[in-house]
Amino acid sequence: MSDMYRDLILEHHRYPHNFGTLDPHDVSQEEHNPLCGDRIRLDLRIVDNKIAEVAFSGKGCAVSQAAASMLTDELIGMDLDQVRQYGKAELLELIGLPLDKNPVRLKCALLSLKALKVGVYRYLGQHIETDDLD
Amino acid sequence: MIKAPFDVATIRSQFPILQLPSERPVAFLDSASSSQKPEAVITALSDYYRTTNANVHRGVYQLSEQATFEFERARGRVALFINATHHREVIFTRNTTEAINLVAHAWGGSNLRAGDVVLLSQMEHHSNIVPWQLIAQRTGAVLRAIPIDSQGRLVLDDIDTLLQGVKILAITHQSNVLGTINPIAELTQKAHAVGALVLVDGAQSVPHMPVDVQALDIDFLAFSGHKMVGPTGVGVLWGRKALLDAMPPFLGGGSMIKTVTIESSTYADVPARFEAGTPMIGEAIALGAAVTYLMDIGMANIAAYEHQLSAYLIERLDEVPEVTWYGPPVGADRGAMAAFSMTGVHPHDIAQILDGEGVAVRAGHHCTQPLHAALDVPSSVRASCYLYTNTHDIDRLVRGLSKVKQLFG
Ligand SMILES: Cc1ncc(COP(=O)(O)O)c(C=O)c1O
Repeated sequence: MSDMYRDLILEHHRYPHNFGTLDPHDVSQEEHNPLCGDRIRLDLRIVDNKIAEVAFSGKGCAVSQAAASMLTDELIGMDLDQVRQYGKAELLELIGLPLDKNPVRLKCALLSLKALKVGVYRYLGQHIETDDLD
Repeated sequence: MIKAPFDVATIRSQFPILQLPSERPVAFLDSASSSQKPEAVITALSDYYRTTNANVHRGVYQLSEQATFEFERARGRVALFINATHHREVIFTRNTTEAINLVAHAWGGSNLRAGDVVLLSQMEHHSNIVPWQLIAQRTGAVLRAIPIDSQGRLVLDDIDTLLQGVKILAITHQSNVLGTINPIAELTQKAHAVGALVLVDGAQSVPHMPVDVQALDIDFLAFSGHKMVGPTGVGVLWGRKALLDAMPPFLGGGSMIKTVTIESSTYADVPARFEAGTPMIGEAIALGAAVTYLMDIGMANIAAYEHQLSAYLIERLDEVPEVTWYGPPVGADRGAMAAFSMTGVHPHDIAQILDGEGVAVRAGHHCTQPLHAALDVPSSVRASCYLYTNTHDIDRLVRGLSKVKQLFG
């Protein structure tokens, strides 16, 4: 399954987009995969209910880091309702990896999405069940 | 060149999964997690269901008697395999984990008091840590761990101090990550000298080397069938009969009683006392076949072959400068496995690329988070061998690592 390491994944892994932290920020959410030690922190600045700025940091496998990098590109300008609609299917389409049969790696790919969802729901004062993102 | 004391090609031909028609057969290097099974074991399991299936210790009819006979015969074979003094000392459990839980709860629950120490080591599998934590919470006992050095060996300089107040030493015979083989006989002597019992986690040793419970002089041994060419769903707790006789039950139910009234019960003798409910009959019988298979080849022969594989594995890994492997250098106290990291590449990515090359290895913390904390890495890749592994499998691993370098370089 070296398809998994399409050039795009390796490219984002080597040269991640929006890497870093934001200070100040409206959302800063860190998620962690205890299985492999992957860690993603996602920072957002929100203006008029829209994501104005985004940054991620962390470390882990190429899939988790590249997925975060690609996701952050998508997020700029997205409004929070769209964020709530944005799910696993969209992320998988975005990164273009056939992970349906690979639950272990699926977790890697979804780590940044989990940080996004948990962070934004918390910002909105709402609760989210992230079981299907685990 | 490696010269095995048996014909590895013949051995491989006895494992159906290694014969699957495929353009690119799998180089299976994850036997420490669960081994493959030879035809003899698969046949024993299916024969049981085809010809002998009935509940044990109950029926008065022929078929049940036959099943009981086969089940008890398997117990006897296991007893012989580990040189137990009596077949009644062999208790069938689901796996190593359940065997350790049994001791922690049945022995620990009635023998540990507040302040008593359970001595473990830094390299334990979670299944030899968490059961002790659970019982420590209930009894007020405390856990202590023997540290390891930078080569993944136990640091025994302060063992006499570490042993103070210890009621039981629960320790792995062979680390499932470092491959370190611990000096069990020596540790047992020291533990017994302070009146402590010794439980050995044999999940990684019993499949790979001769293990003689009398020679080691230990008190309990736990191991899993599925790691020693046997089926899943069956494991073993061996214990000294006098200790087992004195222990209260672990699980209650059918088969483990003598008499039951609504208010109270009296319990069966060992091993029945610790085998509540219908056991894993077919699996135990197939484990008997696995033990026979291993004994026919000879555990000393298997250990000798794996020792050479171990040296070859490390030699080949040393050709990849980006690789850091953990554990002791090649020697008598290292089994045929290697956990490693590669500069700049996450273990998951390594395992995934290797999978693409048809090489099956494991990536993660291998149920040893305290050990990985000591190694100061969150996870690692592990390649592990068994009697059917050949040098070609290891060559394919190393070739796969070149591919990793090429992609991530
Ligand atoms: C050293 C060690 N102990 C215990 C276990 C647990 O074995 P099981 O999962 O069969 O109970 C394993 C297997 O992963 C192991 O390697």
